[in-house]
Amino acid sequence: MALPAQERQQLEQTAKELRLKIIDVMSWSGGAHVGGSMSIVEILTLLYFKYLNIDPENPCWEDRDRFILSKGHTAAGYIPVLAKRGYFPEDTLKTFNHFGSPFAMHPDCNKVTGCDASAGSLGHGLSMAVGLGLGAKYRKKDYKTVCLMGDGECCEGSVWEAAMSAAHFKLDNVIGIVDRNRLMIDGFTEDVMALEPFADKWRAFGWEVIEVDGHDLDAMDDALAKAWAAKGKPTLILANTIKGKGVDFMENNVVWHYASGDSALCERAKASILKG
Amino acid sequence: MAVITGTNWNAYDASTMTAREIYGRTLAALAEGNDKIVGLTADLEKTTAIKFFADKFPDRFFNVGIAEQNMLGIAAGLAKAGLIPFASTMAVFACLRAGEQLRTDIAYQNLPVKIIATHAGISFGHAGTTHHCTEDFAILRAIPNMTVICPADGIETSKAVQACVDTPGPVYIRIGRGFEPPCYENDDYTYEIGKAITMREGTDLTIICCGIAVLQAVNAARTLAENDGLSVRVINMHTIKPIDKEAILKAVSETRRILTVEEHNVLGGLGDAVASVIAESGMGCVFRKHGLQDTFAAIGYAEDLYAHYGLDANGIVDQVREMMGSEYEPDENWEDD
Repeated sequence: MALPAQERQQLEQTAKELRLKIIDVMSWSGGAHVGGSMSIVEILTLLYFKYLNIDPENPCWEDRDRFILSKGHTAAGYIPVLAKRGYFPEDTLKTFNHFGSPFAMHPDCNKVTGCDASAGSLGHGLSMAVGLGLGAKYRKKDYKTVCLMGDGECCEGSVWEAAMSAAHFKLDNVIGIVDRNRLMIDGFTEDVMALEPFADKWRAFGWEVIEVDGHDLDAMDDALAKAWAAKGKPTLILANTIKGKGVDFMENNVVWHYASGDSALCERAKASILKG
Repeated sequence: MAVITGTNWNAYDASTMTAREIYGRTLAALAEGNDKIVGLTADLEKTTAIKFFADKFPDRFFNVGIAEQNMLGIAAGLAKAGLIPFASTMAVFACLRAGEQLRTDIAYQNLPVKIIATHAGISFGHAGTTHHCTEDFAILRAIPNMTVICPADGIETSKAVQACVDTPGPVYIRIGRGFEPPCYENDDYTYEIGKAITMREGTDLTIICCGIAVLQAVNAARTLAENDGLSVRVINMHTIKPIDKEAILKAVSETRRILTVEEHNVLGGLGDAVASVIAESGMGCVFRKHGLQDTFAAIGYAEDLYAHYGLDANGIVDQVREMMGSEYEPDENWEDD
């Protein structure tokens, strides 16, 4: 089902602003994982501005939904979302990577308000999500735990240990999302270490799999609604995305996995984002 | 016959039950009054004896299969859900196979996960080196936020398990296979994490030890008193980190000879922890680290290995006798009497 026009427009606008902010962070921080930050913008926008039951005024609220950015290297895409959602002033993003800043290339939950898990070493997030899911069931809490992973991250064996256990424990309160942008540091995933048949692997591990265009707000909204209503097993949203999405010269080009930019480059990137 | 209460143990219990069993029973008893305690294992429910907890509280026990990394990652998530997870597997898998989860998911996030690691040291000697663990102190000492404990026997294991529940942050408790004889007669003594226990007073030399070496050191000290007329102090340094600096420096000052004994590689373990304290104090003394001399252990039953590597009372007696032949240089600037 399509999103109501006004809601859709608002979400699109938020996504656009977040993309511009990623470019700012790339500039302020001296360099960022810009490609993989751009590819998760719509996913994060829908989660933080529609789905997650959270309260920035009460960040440690026991019953809140949890979000784990397992692909922690894209903090440049994630931290600005928390700022925009009201956890801390957007102005503080200027300190990114600088001495004493709470914000680094990878998020630290003991320093960043609203951040539920420290992450950065790939393949760790889903196990923590399983723990949160088990904890919620044991304590009879209704909150969901969403874990966003990279596709390249799924080369890590620990992802599959966690996947196996989420299905074994029937954790319908755990939602996995894979940012399937098909690129990792050294090139295309299928060249470096093939993941396909990727959806079948998740199905074989006992997950309900929903494949969507990760930049299509209507399709992602639909997928998240289904995941939120899951019963009896965990849901994996395989979000097909484009690395560098929104900046024409960055799209689908591995060079922009991590980059820094001078003011001219940042202006070019912003112009491309604004052009939409 | 002792009555199994779950939190009070005596030498009879500790000689008829392994330290693991006492751990499992203690945890089950503690969980009775604390619904935040949850348990995890990686297909070693019976082996680690967390089964005593699991049988009583199946709704808060999670066996993740043979997947130690996942076990510690899940434990971190459970801690984030406001719980106090106790995770049990063999020491070598906890600190090496799942070492990054221990460091990054648990210690870096400073979560109250308690890792009760069994079969440490060379206690599972006949299993071979894959199942020995003589590196855990070295690894864990270097991880911030981590408390590292090595109880002397089953009685002390129970004390440590009880004490760690309310200790904020992660705690690693290392126990062996647990067939060794008990060191204590009962649990009627004060146990505090980070506070060493003087098992025996002495003035000629101090043995600073932990784990199975404590009983052996006490026996060695007795032999040395009877046969050599030596007065040997024995300090049970059950907490490797944070280490009790005061007890170490007091021993240096009063006995001027320090022997450390541990079921661990002498690199990075208790001996190095003690050596650092002494070196930074500026005091000098006769000093020796006794343990595995940077070697993987041979194959054999634990008691044979302890004898081979001199980790039994006889081996410790030999070390002390050699050290008594060495002289320390008196320094008038020492602030001692």
